[in-house]
Amino acid sequence: MKCRECDEFLADYVSGELAADVLATFELHLSRCRNCRTYVEQYRLTIAAGKTACEAAKEAKGDMPEELIQAILAAARPVRDHSS
Amino acid sequence: MQDTIDRGQGENRPDLSLDETELLARLRSGYGSAYEELVRTYSGRLLAVARRIVGNDEEARDVIQDAFLNAFRSLPRFQGEARLSTWLHRIVVNSALMKLRTRRRKPEESIEPLLPAFLADGHYAEKFSTWGEQADTALSRTETKALVRRRIDELPESFRTVLLLRDIEGLDTEETARVLETTPNAVKIRLHRARAALRTLLAPHFGRGEL
Repeated sequence: MKCRECDEFLADYVSGELAADVLATFELHLSRCRNCRTYVEQYRLTIAAGKTACEAAKEAKGDMPEELIQAILAAARPVRDHSS
Repeated sequence: MQDTIDRGQGENRPDLSLDETELLARLRSGYGSAYEELVRTYSGRLLAVARRIVGNDEEARDVIQDAFLNAFRSLPRFQGEARLSTWLHRIVVNSALMKLRTRRRKPEESIEPLLPAFLADGHYAEKFSTWGEQADTALSRTETKALVRRRIDELPESFRTVLLLRDIEGLDTEETARVLETTPNAVKIRLHRARAALRTLLAPHFGRGEL
């Protein structure tokens, strides 16, 4: 396996979806190729960085403008009255 | 304290929490306070989801309004097959994607310049230098997280959307393919390229230890 093939299998490798025989070949290449080991590590860190950066924003609360909440509740009234 | 309700054998659905079950019952009875509780509890986080996908505040607000209205209309059909929060999240993601589709289409920039190059013998053309511990440490800082989000926003839209849905919003490959009206294989390829491109965009920052 060359670095190019390694790259093609990388997404399945990090998600643990490689078939056993491909995984063995992939890891054999990694054991011999420091550049690929570094790349795989950076690929993993990139995924983690995206998650960490966006999780922080996802957990942020309190930035929902009150006028938007009121607009949603006003729009809900006809639906609510119709369904009750 | 028991916080879940047994939904019975043979039903392939997650347990709703007692709070959610009670809230759902009040919503179905048309209590105004239940609608307000639903909006106040979930809207802040959902606004952040919408903002990430559409990329700006104004359209994110439209998305949230549309999504909640859709949710209210769909309440009679909601059978508790998912948590309320998960169900609302899916509705917001769909509304945000609808908003993206209604935008005037402009030609997307190629992602190729951000992908790793290979030599004729199949080796990477670039020699990668390790990011080491500095990337992990840097990610605990607010300004680094903001920088990562800005780099994600720089990805071509069709790649950014897949990365957000798969790696951030937690949709699986099949569901991402369904909402984007494409194939699971196309999703896998786009996700891999999006990650590789984001790595390229982050490398100057993490590699040099400037963060």
